[in-house]
Amino acid sequence: MATDTLTLPPGADAPAFWDTDPHEHPSGGSTMLGFWLYLMSDCLIFAMLFAAWGVYGSSYAGGPDPKELFDLKLVAVNTAMLLFSSLTYGFAMIATDEGKKAQAQGWLAATGLFGLCFLAIELYEFSHLIHEGAGPWRSAFLSSFFTLVGTHGLHVTFGLIWLVVLMVQVAQRGLVPENVRRLQCLSLFWHFLDVIWIGVFTFVYLLGVLR
Amino acid sequence: MSADPHAAAPHGHGHDGHHDGAPHGSRKGYLVGFALSVLLTAVPFAVVMLNGLATPNTAAAICMSFAIVQIVVHMVFFLHMNTRSEGGWTMMALIFTIIIVVIALTGSLWVMYHMNANMMPDMGMSGGM
Repeated sequence: MATDTLTLPPGADAPAFWDTDPHEHPSGGSTMLGFWLYLMSDCLIFAMLFAAWGVYGSSYAGGPDPKELFDLKLVAVNTAMLLFSSLTYGFAMIATDEGKKAQAQGWLAATGLFGLCFLAIELYEFSHLIHEGAGPWRSAFLSSFFTLVGTHGLHVTFGLIWLVVLMVQVAQRGLVPENVRRLQCLSLFWHFLDVIWIGVFTFVYLLGVLR
Repeated sequence: MSADPHAAAPHGHGHDGHHDGAPHGSRKGYLVGFALSVLLTAVPFAVVMLNGLATPNTAAAICMSFAIVQIVVHMVFFLHMNTRSEGGWTMMALIFTIIIVVIALTGSLWVMYHMNANMMPDMGMSGGM
């Protein structure tokens, strides 16, 4: 391979093919745009899962249909949890902008609590469905349901882990610019998940029950 | 080193001219967005859960249009989308993503619907198993 033939005389500097001119990039200057691009690609993942739901969502294979399975009251509570968590995260960002560390931590904790409630309710719903024999193996409808809603739930889970890690970092180092930047990224992530949930409760739950 | 425009020091909210990744929200902005979201969530749930409030087709139309409006509300009030942040590149990325999503969704649904519709009846797909 070509990479093995590159030998340097002793004492010589390695040849540099990259841009060696020093020029200033503010640390983290492109992080927010990069994170936004990540979110957009995540959006495509969810779009494909929604497409799968659109195609398979009414293939019951003789099994139970959304009307029998979905408990809209539970979904409404779940939606409220996620919406409250979006609001509390917004307040956490405002406290962060104002440099109020204790307040920011408090709102972040509230966000985590609402997120945890959301996950608990979703896991309860999943286990209830599986207990009734309506697991992802039952029909294409349930496969696509569990994949779509489960992927969203997995995102929320990782968001919660991220939130806890950031709370520890803020506790240790305070609201330094690096932490503020990380909080802003998680803010985008968290609100983005709420946007995806709008699609989930509308197209999966409400329109599913209407069918 | 860390020439981040929003260092931890509080220096007001007017960042308009800056190369600023994340526009800041205000307490009022979040509350307005939240109130709108509650309304836009409660109405579709009410329409579906209270039977007889609307025919299924009307209810579906209400659900979908409210969802689209609510997504825009979240984008504006929570994600602070505007045409200025990052020199307009976030908006460009969003528009590009929306185009791809629309093509992928309508394409998938359209093709798969016609696949199902054109399937021979005795091929075991359209009939009940």
